[in-house]
Amino acid sequence: MVAPPYDIEAVRRDFPILEQKVNGQPLVYLDSAASSQRPRAVIDAIRRHYETSHANVHRGAHELSVRATEAYEDARTCVAAHIGAEDTAEIVFVRGTTEAINLVAGSLGKARIGSGDEILLTKMEHHSNIVPWQLLAERTGATLRFVDVSPEGRLVLDDYGRMLSERTRLVGVTHVSNSLGVINPVREIAALAHEAGALCLVDGAQAAPHLALDMGALGCDFYAFSGHKMCGPTGIGVLWARRAILEEMPPYQGGGEMIASVTLDGSTWAEVPHKFEAGTPNIAGAVGLGAAIRYLDGIGLDAIRRYETELTGYALERLGEIEGLRIYGPTDGRVGVLSFTYLDVHAHDLATILDQRGIAIRAGHHCNQPLMEHLGIDATARASLYLYNTPQEVDALCEALHLAGELFCRRV
Amino acid sequence: MSEHADTPGGTSIDRRIPSALADLFQEVILDHYRRPRNKGSLEAPTHTVTMNNPLCGDVIELSISVRGDRIDEVRYEGRGCSISQAAVSMMTERLKGARLGEARALSAKFTRLLHGEEALQRDEKLGDLRALAGVSKFPVRIKCALLGFNCLDELIGEPAAGKREPETGPGEQR
Repeated sequence: MVAPPYDIEAVRRDFPILEQKVNGQPLVYLDSAASSQRPRAVIDAIRRHYETSHANVHRGAHELSVRATEAYEDARTCVAAHIGAEDTAEIVFVRGTTEAINLVAGSLGKARIGSGDEILLTKMEHHSNIVPWQLLAERTGATLRFVDVSPEGRLVLDDYGRMLSERTRLVGVTHVSNSLGVINPVREIAALAHEAGALCLVDGAQAAPHLALDMGALGCDFYAFSGHKMCGPTGIGVLWARRAILEEMPPYQGGGEMIASVTLDGSTWAEVPHKFEAGTPNIAGAVGLGAAIRYLDGIGLDAIRRYETELTGYALERLGEIEGLRIYGPTDGRVGVLSFTYLDVHAHDLATILDQRGIAIRAGHHCNQPLMEHLGIDATARASLYLYNTPQEVDALCEALHLAGELFCRRV
Repeated sequence: MSEHADTPGGTSIDRRIPSALADLFQEVILDHYRRPRNKGSLEAPTHTVTMNNPLCGDVIELSISVRGDRIDEVRYEGRGCSISQAAVSMMTERLKGARLGEARALSAKFTRLLHGEEALQRDEKLGDLRALAGVSKFPVRIKCALLGFNCLDELIGEPAAGKREPETGPGEQR
């Protein structure tokens, strides 16, 4: 590998959790696609918020409430700048990607989608970009359709030409597959959706941690992502949407914070984004997400991407040398989410064996059951790389896989 | 259990493999995983049930044929990890010809074995199932080993006294 564009050892020291042994071995954390770890900057920002500035937001007439409101809104500004949003009002804080998609399905569905309408998804979507639409289809009589996945693990883009029609109301697609690691051409897909008069929602859960984002350039209408996969806290995520669309959409949940006025006869709504943030929000979570974004921007998403691309290439090469190991997904145009099967060792058995070597991976269907069925498998093992992983950790993974092979290929 | 990673079968395992792993994936377990006993379906079962572990996707369909108070025939279909599939294969070997009371007692005993009751490792009634004692050191895998017996419990009624409820997995994560 060429010299990394940033000091990996210094980055590793920023993440206190990485400095430990698991089952007597140095921790090798290869499960960041499920949830990344947090740098000290994020942990400190949350602690500082609770120690010095916590109160409820947008309603108090006292100093702490002013500070908390400033911190919360400052996080919104930070997110907006990070993803190239035109307007901070386009940033809605939610619990995570799942809630963001449910918000769109719940709100937009009510306003715009009816019987006979179609929602076009793909066979590689995470359950969180399938099930909310199934619930909507049940309520409205709309139909779901699914773009195919090629044997190499890419979307069959020709399907859009075949499946888009004047009945299509919304196109939903994941930016990066959480099983295959493939980066989808969402800009092109958004343009195709718009040509057909449909809106485009992008699930950015696996993309936001790794790719520099620019909402203006991407051209979609909704973009959803989670804080905890990009060094931020759990329980905080973002729905970005064009302001004009947000203004047109009815509220998702009702309660405090989201109203302009309430009488016993009815209510009027607050301006966006507050219209979609009913109740006391996850204030400390937003503060932590802001700190995570500042941390990532300090290193630079472009530098992170360059390093991860190198590391992923190295991992693909090393894993490719292991006889009996099969990697799913393409070799280029991808991130370091590496799903594989190995000999006849079931993914769960692999995970148990690797865990004994201090190596954390994920095993199972990764909330991708339709994709697994499409690939004709029940489960994969998944090792996922992030900015703090090293080639030595990839070597440790390969060595442990060899042990698993030996263990399962004893004379029986 | 063995001090080094030497298994009862006599094959010397690489010392880099922790002994707990060699105990977990014993040769007899891999043998049942690769050469399952009583796999298939019955033509006319009196009882059939399918259960899965939603967390990992392991699935077992258990069919039995009961005559009087004995289990005449037993077959299963299934997919999943070595622990879940070996355990159900081993279970079927002990069930053929067993009285329902014996089958319930077996289920209760096996659950206790998985929760670390060492004396049961010498209980011949458990047969090959004793090889799964190593699962007790891997609590997250206990539900794998119990999937087949969960099917059995579902088919032949109330668990015997003292049997712990099977663990249920947490919800999905991304």
